[in-house]
Amino acid sequence: MTDARTFSSPLDLQSVRADFPILSRELAGGFPLVYLDSANSSQKPVQVVQAISDHYLKHNANVARAMHQLGAEATAAYEGGRDKVAAFIGATNRDEIVFTKNASEALNLAAHTLGAGLKPGDVVVISEMEHHSNIVPWQLACERSGATLKWFGVTEDGRLDLSNIDELLTEQTKVVSLTWVSNALGTINPIAEIAVKAKAVGATVVVDASQAVPQFPVDVSTLGVDILVFTGHKAVGPTGIGVLWGRYDLLASLPPFLGGGEMIEIVRMTGSTYAPPPARFEAGTPPIAQAVGLGAALDYLSGIGMDKIAAHEHAIVEYALEGLKTVPGLKLLGPTDAVDHGGAISFELAGVHPHDISTVLDTRGIAVRAGHHCARPVHERFGMQSSTRASFYLYTTPEEIDALVDGLGFVRSFFKVD
Amino acid sequence: MQLDSLYQEIILDHYRTPHHAGLADPYDVEVHHVNPSCGDEVTLRVELDGDTVKGVTHHSVGCSISQAATSVMSDLVIGKPVAEGMATYEKFLELMQSRGNIEPDEEILEDGVAFAGVAQFPARVKCALLGWSAWRDATAQALAANEGVKNV
Repeated sequence: MTDARTFSSPLDLQSVRADFPILSRELAGGFPLVYLDSANSSQKPVQVVQAISDHYLKHNANVARAMHQLGAEATAAYEGGRDKVAAFIGATNRDEIVFTKNASEALNLAAHTLGAGLKPGDVVVISEMEHHSNIVPWQLACERSGATLKWFGVTEDGRLDLSNIDELLTEQTKVVSLTWVSNALGTINPIAEIAVKAKAVGATVVVDASQAVPQFPVDVSTLGVDILVFTGHKAVGPTGIGVLWGRYDLLASLPPFLGGGEMIEIVRMTGSTYAPPPARFEAGTPPIAQAVGLGAALDYLSGIGMDKIAAHEHAIVEYALEGLKTVPGLKLLGPTDAVDHGGAISFELAGVHPHDISTVLDTRGIAVRAGHHCARPVHERFGMQSSTRASFYLYTTPEEIDALVDGLGFVRSFFKVD
Repeated sequence: MQLDSLYQEIILDHYRTPHHAGLADPYDVEVHHVNPSCGDEVTLRVELDGDTVKGVTHHSVGCSISQAATSVMSDLVIGKPVAEGMATYEKFLELMQSRGNIEPDEEILEDGVAFAGVAQFPARVKCALLGWSAWRDATAQALAANEGVKNV
């Protein structure tokens, strides 16, 4: 059994948790909520919910096209969200921030617009550990253009297999799109290192940072990639908003993605010209209140400090790996140590299917995810059909990890696996 | 939430020793059904003799509920007229959608009554219906194929 006394975090967990009212909820049977599904969606602090409600109650109007005072306030609030995102990820130019619906839409935007320049003989490189949202859009782009899709494999210990990197990255390679942190394995990939090699062959580098931006400091000005995407709701922000950051000259060279209001310059019945980035990629009424909420979320994370959040995640992952290793019959999927390990741990438990694990844990108030976590290929790589995933965030306590480990013991006894 | 009402001993028995598991020959139609949200998969074969279900075999990867439900479903439909199997499905579906508010008919559903507790776990209802959806699909295809033969 693990020992909460060996745990040390730079965060004052009690005061952090006080900002998240949902964490003090009691669930059926009187069990306190143990929320271990933050890689799926994080919980929201009061500050974010208040910013959204304040916007709707006092400043609501459409942006840009509304020429009245409230329109000006809503525009300022929306564009203020863009400034906060730019500052948070180290973008030097606010026009490099495109708001989307979520990370999936951002990746589809990248695959669609970069895909327009692909032709037969070109190669797109992804990896076997991608979320489906960084696989399917590239499969579609390759189908449309005749380009070839290739991928990095995954090593036995859950790391990106870079042994054939020189075969994958050649002059034919036009796009390399990789996840920074695997949502299923938790692996943190050496993105900067791979980007150097990819840029050397002239490829455009796209990074899915959905599990990275919420967890550790990100600085696109030094990362060496061309496009980086993430989603708001995994970073204590609201659902309905994602971010695509791209180098300005690259964005300016790309065709539009969705057509509609605000993305145009002049529309004639015979043809249209398009607005410069970011407006070119933001057709229709954008996620206004969500941008306000995301700005508040990033302010909240900055106020606590991303370096401290990263240190906390690391401590929790280390503590959880130790605890999970004490559960008989438990097999970890992915790296078994805390080195370069993001805040998600997937595992299987001999003799019990992940759904059954999740249901039994749920009756004790413990929320985990069961299934393939939208990353079926990497499960197939390890001969698994699905797994159980526990994922953590800045509010996760060692006591919650203990509850998970105890809960898994109960699961084993309930299903009589001994 | 009552765990014991979900995981009745009958369900766990069928899970540990599923009936009619292992794909067998001969068969008329084979289907592969997937629950995309969770990844559960079932491959199922149906053999008809006229309008009677002669045989059902399956291979499934999934949770206890989906595996046990497929096992119980096979018991319920084998040897019965297709129409009776479809009527049994309707009864089972009604039970699954009842949120626990109806008393299942053991005459019709036999071991299937053990799934009454599943109705109280909305997230698990789809698990209990996966094998049924595979059987209905395979049977409809087999009937259509037979129809085609008759028409020739």
